[in-house]
Amino acid sequence: MNSVKRQKQRKVLLMGKSGAGKTSMRSIVFSNYVAKDVRRLGATIDVEHSNIKFMGNLMLNLWDCGGQDGFVENYLTHQRTHVFGSVAVLIFVFDIESREFAADVINYSNIIRALSECSPNAKVFILIHKMDLVQTRLRDQLFAERADYIRGASEGFKDSVDFFATSIWDQSLYRAWTMIIYHLIPNAASIETLLQQLAEVIDARELILYERTTCLMVTHVTRGMENENPYTDRFERISSILKTHKQSMSKHTGIPAGTANFAEMQIKTGRFMFFITRLTENTNLAASIPPSEQIFNAARINILLARPRFAELDIASRPRAPAEGGQGQPPSAQIGAAEA
Amino acid sequence: MNSSLLTIPARRRRLSDEMEDPDEGLSRFQPAARLTMLRYLQDLHEAETPLDAVPPQYHTGRLPNSKSGDGKPRLLLMGQRRSGKSSISSVVFHKLPPSETLYIEATTRVKKESMHSFMDFQVWDFPGHVDYFDPAFDTENIFEEIGALIWVIDAQDEYIDAIMRLHKTILNLQQHYPAINVEVFVHKVDGLSDDFRQDTFRDIIQRVQDDLSDAGFENAPVSFYQTSIYDHSIFEAFSKVIQKLIPQLPTLEALLNSLCLSCRIEKAYLFDVLSKIYIATDTSPTDIGNYELCSDYIDVIVDVSEIYGWDRPEGEAGEEEYGESGNQDAESLITMEKKGNNYLYLREINKSVFQRPESASMADPKQSRYLALICLMGEDSSAEKKALIDYNVGVFQEALKQVFPR
Repeated sequence: MNSVKRQKQRKVLLMGKSGAGKTSMRSIVFSNYVAKDVRRLGATIDVEHSNIKFMGNLMLNLWDCGGQDGFVENYLTHQRTHVFGSVAVLIFVFDIESREFAADVINYSNIIRALSECSPNAKVFILIHKMDLVQTRLRDQLFAERADYIRGASEGFKDSVDFFATSIWDQSLYRAWTMIIYHLIPNAASIETLLQQLAEVIDARELILYERTTCLMVTHVTRGMENENPYTDRFERISSILKTHKQSMSKHTGIPAGTANFAEMQIKTGRFMFFITRLTENTNLAASIPPSEQIFNAARINILLARPRFAELDIASRPRAPAEGGQGQPPSAQIGAAEA
Repeated sequence: MNSSLLTIPARRRRLSDEMEDPDEGLSRFQPAARLTMLRYLQDLHEAETPLDAVPPQYHTGRLPNSKSGDGKPRLLLMGQRRSGKSSISSVVFHKLPPSETLYIEATTRVKKESMHSFMDFQVWDFPGHVDYFDPAFDTENIFEEIGALIWVIDAQDEYIDAIMRLHKTILNLQQHYPAINVEVFVHKVDGLSDDFRQDTFRDIIQRVQDDLSDAGFENAPVSFYQTSIYDHSIFEAFSKVIQKLIPQLPTLEALLNSLCLSCRIEKAYLFDVLSKIYIATDTSPTDIGNYELCSDYIDVIVDVSEIYGWDRPEGEAGEEEYGESGNQDAESLITMEKKGNNYLYLREINKSVFQRPESASMADPKQSRYLALICLMGEDSSAEKKALIDYNVGVFQEALKQVFPR
């Protein structure tokens, strides 16, 4: 019973140099902030905890750790076991504009060392942040250089660490967080199998399951031609579009952003039909289907009928096989593993 | 020399060759100021006029001062230098992010922007420091066919001079072109506190009207708007300016009113999707919040359509079996979770009718010109009645086709 309990609470550490943008990104992804509003945020003192309910049985326990040297010193000494014990994911944020990159990396190695001591099975994600401040043509090269250097300092996590270039001003932030969340979901494989079946039944071109408050994608299923969709970043873009829409809704109707959820959204055109509807308590399902009224109506009914089965998945928590992962891969690559 | 300059653009090249000689001749005898003036005059013709591959497909009627009746309505942007004219035109017509307008350089020559959308119109952006009523200028050429003069006043700056110039301009226009609408944009109001903004706005209106009544024009066609490029107010103001140039406006409003009444719609807008300017709305009071909501909604639709509306190769497997290929005009609906909350309804109108012909650049699918009807549904209008609403909107669409025959 105890293991089930712990499975639900996943501890996520958010660390990095002071002013790197940790709290800003947390506010945007989880608290409905608009990118330009984050300048109002003050410095984080010590650790700010937040619990985020995700996909019913997954509870994120996010530790936003203030990055000033005094606090970091404290984490590494007095609170070492308290902070670094039983961590599922460490997200370390580097500021691309930082002038003392070498010092940042030394800090990072200290933290990595503490992490490998207290929770060796944790997964490390590195976000190289504020990429918007770099000229477009230099971005890839600079990112690769920094990533190589940081990987060199990653010790025990050398082979498993993942890198993302992010910025709060575009959808790259959503891409990174989607990957992180995907890693944390305990029953992703079974959700995917079910989603795949649903997609076959309703003849959908694409199904995207996403969390409703954060608009982060949980997983998606793509069939047939849609794999050739030239917009490969469409999932992040849809996250970003929906988030913006939500903010605009709450701004102009006076409903608080947390509850400004639509029950359903339909878009019908001559080329495709698209609708978003609620699937489970915390998730919405976006479906892109061929342009036909019959298929559209049938799909809506079928999704309605499939709801209880997904709700079941929400509650039944099956521990995820530890070996399963390959976290860098796109989720669709894992459908085969579902039978295991 | 003015007469030779008035030649049509097709002859421009030959014209500029001919220009060599008189130009040299002038430089020998004329003072420097005269030369600058000459350059502006040339610019008026040399200014980039975007190539118009598609002739205007229809026009919304005779323009106030148009001789032929088929020219594009022309909007003139004027005002003191650094009042924000170029910023306005970049934000509204080029979708430039407002924060980027800081880097716009001073306008030194007349810039002409052409807008292809539901209504074709041209915007001329004028440098702020030139006096257009100098006799050397061909005022007739400038003001002859314009629909509206937009005068931009920087609300954060000293505006006495601007009002003086505006006054002079209005008086001049009143004598020769009394039908031109003068629209005053009290601009950059975002930087003022609410109280101060109202005071400034009232003060400007008061001064302009006092000056005009002193000069004997009691009811000059001058309207005032508070605008800022950092919110939607500039689009709203442009919408109202454009609406005045649409002779069918009362008909459109009456149609929208009856649609609202029969479907219990709270507010209905007829949007031009491309420019996000609304060309008509029902006559109930407007609220900037509603406009912003609709405008953001259009963004969502356009973005999603871009992602999933990509060109699929012909003959996609299984595609042929759907005999009915859906409605050509996109439609969309958003219902809110909480009971009693409004929901949104969108229907693209006459998309297929106003699609650009093949010859025009099809690279950007968004370039097609069309209108969208966006309705904010009232509280007691349930989503189950969608079929009825669809039917009523269909009737509305038919009526619209009669208002705007091709």
